[in-house]
Amino acid sequence: MSGAEFVPLSLTPMLIGTFAAIACALPGNFLVLRKQALIGDAISHVVLPGIVVAFLLTGTISTWPMMLGAAGAAILAVVMIEAVRRLGQIEAGAAMGVVFTTMFAGGVLLLEQTDTSTVHLDVEHALYGNLESLIWLDASGWASLLDPVALAGLPPELPRIAVTLIAVCLFIWVLWRPLKISTFDEGFARTMGIRTGALSLALVITAAVAAVAAFDAVGSIIVIAMFICPPAAARMMTNRLEVQIGWSVLFATLSAILGYVLAGYGPLWLGAADAVSAAGMIATVSGVTLAVCAVLGPCRHRVGAQTSA
Amino acid sequence: MMLELASDQGATLEERDLNTSPLAVRGLTVSYGQKPAVFSVDMTVQPDAMTAIIGPNGAGKSTLLKAALGIVKPLSGQVSVFGYPLEDQRARIAYVPQRASVDWDFPTRVIDVVLMGLSRQLGLLGRVRARHKARAMDCLHRVGMRDFADRQIGQLSGGQQQRVFLARALAQDADLYLLDEPFAGVDAATEKAIISVLKSLKQSHKTVVVVHHDLATVTDYFDHVFLINTHKVAEGPVAEAFTAENLQNAYGGRLATAQIDQISHVSG
Repeated sequence: MSGAEFVPLSLTPMLIGTFAAIACALPGNFLVLRKQALIGDAISHVVLPGIVVAFLLTGTISTWPMMLGAAGAAILAVVMIEAVRRLGQIEAGAAMGVVFTTMFAGGVLLLEQTDTSTVHLDVEHALYGNLESLIWLDASGWASLLDPVALAGLPPELPRIAVTLIAVCLFIWVLWRPLKISTFDEGFARTMGIRTGALSLALVITAAVAAVAAFDAVGSIIVIAMFICPPAAARMMTNRLEVQIGWSVLFATLSAILGYVLAGYGPLWLGAADAVSAAGMIATVSGVTLAVCAVLGPCRHRVGAQTSA
Repeated sequence: MMLELASDQGATLEERDLNTSPLAVRGLTVSYGQKPAVFSVDMTVQPDAMTAIIGPNGAGKSTLLKAALGIVKPLSGQVSVFGYPLEDQRARIAYVPQRASVDWDFPTRVIDVVLMGLSRQLGLLGRVRARHKARAMDCLHRVGMRDFADRQIGQLSGGQQQRVFLARALAQDADLYLLDEPFAGVDAATEKAIISVLKSLKQSHKTVVVVHHDLATVTDYFDHVFLINTHKVAEGPVAEAFTAENLQNAYGGRLATAQIDQISHVSG
């Protein structure tokens, strides 16, 4: 494929998909080890009505209204969970299940009932995103990467997800040691003076920011898959957290690029006429990667389970 | 508040105790839900000695330790460490949690766990240098685990895991060591290794507090005991406080009379 075709049509979706995948996979490593992996799932469910309401109020899909809407929805979710738990006198897990699904359903209902046809905000885009449409029409080839005029026409999702990725990397780099210690041994971390409650909250907020930024470009399917699949697959490749992070970034990148290419060309190779959803294919590739690692990964046995019994 | 007491010339005996004790707890009450796990407990740990916290299952032994360390939040009560608020004295405390409280499948090596004990020195972004590694290896050597430094922690036996936890506490180079059930489910060799390390700590004027469940070894291992069953039952030197009457009070009907007889013979 020539640069003249690749750069405007495929480069930006691939970059956005890759950045979104890595931004979710990085905090996902800690969420999986803390047995909180489904929090990514929960976040993407809860924030949907917030994003829809923010759009209905402002009429645009820009970063700040969406982040504020998502944050508002998250706060509402916490209040609702607490209310259901207290009034219903049921355990927190059940209350969360009820609230998350209700809020997601509410978000879908809002999308269906209101006119969001002017932008890429409907049920399909909420699930699958609009990765294929994030093209860079101002580009004419590789030289455009150095052309300020063409660069001004970049889809806004690209700088948005790039900034998010940098923020996620900074968070994990600076707080690496407390994150690792408190994930392994929370009691010990407390005695070292690490504020584990605040750190835990910061991790969830970081994951939520990554989820909301990625959601806009790639939809909630990728968000959920990327929080879990690359880290879980990476865990089975190594017994060291430092190395696991590296593998998870590699798997996230592989899923994004291979998934995008397979979605665009896979059906053609099989003789079909249309491309399939890139987000769906990226999630599929990450799932297949996880399955392969679960069968063939060198560190897939839970050695700890045998000795601690 | 503790500092004010120090400057108070008319301090009573108990107040002076608070100012010198490695760990002093006053009126500590902790509750999980409705029922208190620890109720209005006072404890004054003696320096340069080994103290056992003893009581039946569910008596609040671990909870007392965790509340004293700020791991669980007490409903009420005060804690002072070497006469100062806990938060100012973190660097002087080493803690060994129950082995079962962590997931040993966590992707990390033995040496990395011991290095966690040095993280206060290392700070957020400080690099692990050769001298830190050498110190961690030295701590592993003291618990007989030097050869296991590069193993994944899940590949260790229960006793080996416990020794790694002790090595991490040694790396903290503290003045007060708090251990939660370090002898639970470990092999005889590990028990011997651990007690020998703890006794050497005492000899270098460190204070050791152990949540302990094996009444038969109390007189061999410890200088002081603290008996608890939600409320404090007794506290003092083993010869004075580790008596059949106090044990009966702490354990109630849960301890066979024959067992108590046996122990009271041992403790003389």
